[in-house]
Amino acid sequence: MKSIWVFHVSAGSCNNCDIEILDCLTPRFDVERFGIQLVGSVRHADALLITGAMNRKAAVRMKKIYEQAPKPCLVVACGICALSQHMFRDSYNVRETLDKILPVDVYIPGCPPKPEAIISGIVKLVNKIRSQDGNAAKR
Amino acid sequence: MVAGGYPAAEEESGPMLKVFFQYLIFPGLLFSACAGLIAGWADRKLTARLQWRRGPVWYQNFTDIIKLLGKETVLPEGAGSVFLLAPFAGLISAGVIATILGNSIINSQQSFLGDIIVVLYLMVIPALSSIIGASASRNPLASVGASREMKLVLAYELPFILSVIAVIIKCAGTIQFSSITNHQIIFGSHIASLSGALAFCVCLLCVQAKLAMAPFDIAEADQELMSGVLIEYSGLPLAVFKLNKALLLYVLPLFLIIIFWAGNLRIPILAAKYLAILMLVILIKNTNPRLRIDQALKFFWGPVTLLAIAAVMLALAGL
Repeated sequence: MKSIWVFHVSAGSCNNCDIEILDCLTPRFDVERFGIQLVGSVRHADALLITGAMNRKAAVRMKKIYEQAPKPCLVVACGICALSQHMFRDSYNVRETLDKILPVDVYIPGCPPKPEAIISGIVKLVNKIRSQDGNAAKR
Repeated sequence: MVAGGYPAAEEESGPMLKVFFQYLIFPGLLFSACAGLIAGWADRKLTARLQWRRGPVWYQNFTDIIKLLGKETVLPEGAGSVFLLAPFAGLISAGVIATILGNSIINSQQSFLGDIIVVLYLMVIPALSSIIGASASRNPLASVGASREMKLVLAYELPFILSVIAVIIKCAGTIQFSSITNHQIIFGSHIASLSGALAFCVCLLCVQAKLAMAPFDIAEADQELMSGVLIEYSGLPLAVFKLNKALLLYVLPLFLIIIFWAGNLRIPILAAKYLAILMLVILIKNTNPRLRIDQALKFFWGPVTLLAIAAVMLALAGL
């Protein structure tokens, strides 16, 4: 699968990860050469790229968005907030981490992660799918 | 389907089979879809190069389609079979256009009287199918997209048909592709004359709008409407819409070549002409920001229609 259409969801991020995600589309990194595109509608998405610490309001919407996406749909947690809540760990407003709500496939740490890190995360994702496909074929 | 094989039915040897072959494989659906997907890659690649990026590999659009076929198709609540069938209407009619145009190039015997009018009608159907599909999806953003698409169709059809009329006048009133090409082979391409060049410019702008490319990508509007008319589509129907677009990207420049630039239709020259028009369309796309719908209406009904009328007048005067 070399055609991953990414839907970018912000679950209450500080916008820093989001800027780095946009950097991936710029001439310097250009993820379109791997067939990766940002799409505007969840219905077109193959992967949800989630940034931010998942506050209480975002958690409800995140589940809804995941249900709206056509399966198979991958989930990528981007940035340390989405991974482990970072400085919001003891906040009154942030209850659970992302992976308690959605099945996360790849974790990309960093505050914010560099575009290189995001690309390497996506490469890992592609390899993961490939190995899964390979196993399915063997069975 | 019947249209493409009209004269073939009069021949003796396996007429039905020939019709199906022509419609489904060459020069119909399969061939034109492949050509269109590669043209779509050219679009993405050139866009990337213009932005100093690398751009995708040549088979990217094929991978996209195959991937979409493997995805789940989500049916929004309350959307019925119309929602699922709408994209196929567009695909079928685009296939018919490809067959008629291809046949008129390969073998002018297969052209039939009035085929240009059939093609003009069929060219509206892909736009109609996206309007119907979007309206059936019950999504507010899709309905905004559908209403914009409707207005856009109203806007560009008038100058488009006027410019085709200019061509028909120049060919002494013939409404058949083969006689239009024959006329140009004998008297030179229409684009070389004043009225022909004007009509070509008008037609090119209308084709840009028919392809839903910037500055006329108002109905899809990636950033403001989240791909508008396509917002609720996923899986197979989305793949069909993408194929639809690919077919149009192959068919519309071909249409332009046949009616304006058919002085020499040998295959390498035809391909070169097709690439030239494709490049032109992509360059216009990459150098213009999206118009608002009211600006597009004013643009098409104002200056563009005036240009088209001027072309008709000049054609009547024999220039």
